[in-house]
Amino acid sequence: MTTITADAPTGTTPPPAGRAPAGLSDRARSEQRLGWYLVAPAVATMLLVTAYPLGRAVYLSLFSYRLTDPGAREFVGLRNYSVVLTDGLWWQTVFTTLFITVVTVAVELVIGFAFALVMHRIVFGRRTVRTAILIPYGIITVVAAYAWQYAFALDSGFVNQWFGLGDKAWFSDRWSALAVIILAEIWKTTPFISLLLLAGLAQVPEDLQEAAKVDGATTWQRFIRVTVPNMKAAIMVALLFRTLDAYRIFDTIFIMTNGAEKTESVSFLTYRQTITRTALGLGSALSVLLFLSVALIAFVFVKGFRTDLSRVRGD
Amino acid sequence: MRSSRNRLLWAVGGLVIIVYTMIPVAWIVSLSFKKGDDINNQKFLPTEWSWDNYRTVFDTDLFTSALRNSVGISLIATVISVTLATFAAYAIARLNFRGKKLVLSTALAIAMFPTVALVGPLFDMWRGLGIYDTWLGLIIPYMSFTLPLSIWTLSAFFREIPWEMEQAAQVDGATPWQAFRKVIVPLAAPGVFTAAILTFFFAWNDFVFGISLTATDRSRPVPAALAFFTGESFFQQPTAAISAAAVIVTIPVIALVLVFQRKIVAGLTSGAVKG
Repeated sequence: MTTITADAPTGTTPPPAGRAPAGLSDRARSEQRLGWYLVAPAVATMLLVTAYPLGRAVYLSLFSYRLTDPGAREFVGLRNYSVVLTDGLWWQTVFTTLFITVVTVAVELVIGFAFALVMHRIVFGRRTVRTAILIPYGIITVVAAYAWQYAFALDSGFVNQWFGLGDKAWFSDRWSALAVIILAEIWKTTPFISLLLLAGLAQVPEDLQEAAKVDGATTWQRFIRVTVPNMKAAIMVALLFRTLDAYRIFDTIFIMTNGAEKTESVSFLTYRQTITRTALGLGSALSVLLFLSVALIAFVFVKGFRTDLSRVRGD
Repeated sequence: MRSSRNRLLWAVGGLVIIVYTMIPVAWIVSLSFKKGDDINNQKFLPTEWSWDNYRTVFDTDLFTSALRNSVGISLIATVISVTLATFAAYAIARLNFRGKKLVLSTALAIAMFPTVALVGPLFDMWRGLGIYDTWLGLIIPYMSFTLPLSIWTLSAFFREIPWEMEQAAQVDGATPWQAFRKVIVPLAAPGVFTAAILTFFFAWNDFVFGISLTATDRSRPVPAALAFFTGESFFQQPTAAISAAAVIVTIPVIALVLVFQRKIVAGLTSGAVKG
């Protein structure tokens, strides 16, 4: 993340003190010190649970190490990585995860945009709609997963009944199981993307819309030529956050299929190796690969698509 | 003519959104009122409404202890996390110090972190430190992962606070610390509250840490407990009981959303889009 250029600090603070603490006044020096004191606890807490365990994962990934047999711990170099990367299961898992990510984010972008437009324009019931949309956002993912699983289940479900599908067993086939998983994810997370897009819509200058209207642009033309380009930053940030989030999918798969029918995601596979099988060495290699793939996605967004993160960071 | 037609169109759109958000919620509520074998009636609504499942759930130690754990852990994590974030965001929004950009970048990187990648090493570390399967063992990760969002939300709020008041206090002889406590804190309270709600949602929702870092009733929170739930007897499908438990833990979410709708929306979007 260090590659992101940051804007100069805004606000009415005096200009940055530069790199010569010796030249600072007492006042500026005490401000520096107070600044560090105030951020230190937050930074320490954030790093305690991320930087150190990540370093530990990198270290453990070089060992053959099972928690059930600590005596047999043995340095194996990069062998765990070659085991993972040459295993078909890993690539199948990556494919499943990417498939879920691409489909959910694409569908959410479309639905999210539609919802954002409705929330932006609606006059009657504006408050009710904005309250309703927060419910999927706030609801526990596990609860949402159970609700959708029971809706599609053979014994308790109503979906087969409603749509006359007989006794279709949704969870005993890879693609139909993935379809339900994706549906549950979309339901739960579209509100987040639509709220970010709603905030972006508010930034589009109304007079540009009017000018385009005067020039005879249709509603669709105005949307494509005026609205979308003016909220590109908001769209990219929303896409980045949702893509990373979707790629980390875990809860819904755990509840709905427990990884059966080849529905395992990268997160799920990592969890299964480290916690269920207590194969900490191999699991740590998976953890590192999971981290790297997330970092790669973020890098592609920031460098490739020029997503402006200074807005998110609040510089 | 045209504008009233449009207005109707948007209202219909609003109705679609409400139906979209409510169907799964209505479904799980309906399931939770189905009695015995009625759970498999394959209809949306129960044949006969019954409170049985709620009685079962509250008679189950597994659920009541999980509920206690979830409430306790989420509240403690929220209070500490928001306190730390308030300090940090104040420094970021108001003070000049080197390393500010690094703090913001770190926060952003952590918000993108895949949590599952950490549970293996954390599992190992927590057992070494003796905080595996304790409240503290969950409070710490919840704090770490909610700090970034809190820091952004709060720094955005802090920038809106009128500067002159703090300076006036300092002119009157207050130290930077006093200016922070007596002037900024009351003005920032609404922002702090928003950050607290978002933090609480995160902690309340967490599943990954909940199943990985706990082993017993002692600290297992509700989402994790749901995954290990059984019905009245081990031979019964837990569907009805899980539904009732799910409804109970959704009530606080809906209550917060109803009361604080405006604040939550502001908090969610403050980091992403300035304005």
